[in-house]
Amino acid sequence: MPHDHHDHAGLSPSGHPYREDQDNSLSYWQAMEIAVRELMIEKGIVTAEEVAAQIDAMDARDPSQGAAVVARAWTDPAFRERLLADGSAASAEMGFDVGPMKLIAVENTADVHNVVVCTLCSCYPRNLLGLPPDWYKSRAYRSRTVREPRKVLAEFGLTLPENVTVRVHDSTADMRYIVIPARPDGTDGLDEAALAELVTRDSMIGVGVAKTG
Amino acid sequence: MTPDATGKRWHDMGGDLAHPLAGPIPDGDHDFALWEKRVDALVILAGLKGVFTVDGLRRVLEDMGEDAFETMTYYERWVASLNQNMLEQGVYSVADLGARMAEVQARGTTYADATDAGA
Repeated sequence: MPHDHHDHAGLSPSGHPYREDQDNSLSYWQAMEIAVRELMIEKGIVTAEEVAAQIDAMDARDPSQGAAVVARAWTDPAFRERLLADGSAASAEMGFDVGPMKLIAVENTADVHNVVVCTLCSCYPRNLLGLPPDWYKSRAYRSRTVREPRKVLAEFGLTLPENVTVRVHDSTADMRYIVIPARPDGTDGLDEAALAELVTRDSMIGVGVAKTG
Repeated sequence: MTPDATGKRWHDMGGDLAHPLAGPIPDGDHDFALWEKRVDALVILAGLKGVFTVDGLRRVLEDMGEDAFETMTYYERWVASLNQNMLEQGVYSVADLGARMAEVQARGTTYADATDAGA
């Protein structure tokens, strides 16, 4: 399945295909959004400029931020240690503010593969990866991943050997996970920027692995 | 729905393989429309301003029930929850909302018309 859109061909700044224009007729919920926004502005809760700036910041976030963190961890052992000890602080070091949430980085090895889900809602490390893909929020992914992760991973084209332990991490509203995928073999000569190109969004959710080149 | 002795509510989906919709992982993945991004931005900003928490967002989403999860889109549910929380916080009244929605709907038949007229 074409789940991973790392090549950005025909994609929006946040790495998704553009959605079909919804501006055919004003829906009830769209009217509610306009009304709520205008009332929140009039009551002094937010300003129109803040809303616009927040959307710009959202559009600027994409999986390349997470990929930069992973590539740093691959090339800088001291950073890797700090990332595994405190994901939020290590991300902040690189200028990526993950807010008050606790970010936990989990590392894939030859023996362990990690995958992230949010069974209760749709918690996702959005400050490092952008907004979550639709499938991440689906009932199918939320219900099945904790029970039959190997089957789910196989649907993403990832079949793991039986001797590899699969660890499923269930996110919460206050705690997010990001997977540090295993560094591919044969990448010793690549610098940090080139390595970051190998790190896909799906590899950081754990439904994929890093590209090999 | 049959009563569930585990005490789990509908949103607690982990492991519920028996659900008819727990099928293949859907292949949906797209960018969001402007109105959806605005809902997201309002939720985040209201949280930063201290008039809203993610717990308040979730409480209303979960109380909407399973039917809303299946029939409304993600940001339709979010705007409904944001609105409910703003009403509860007293940011505006139900009458304010009703009057403003009628006004918005009278501006035009597309989102762009209804938004631009009020900008």
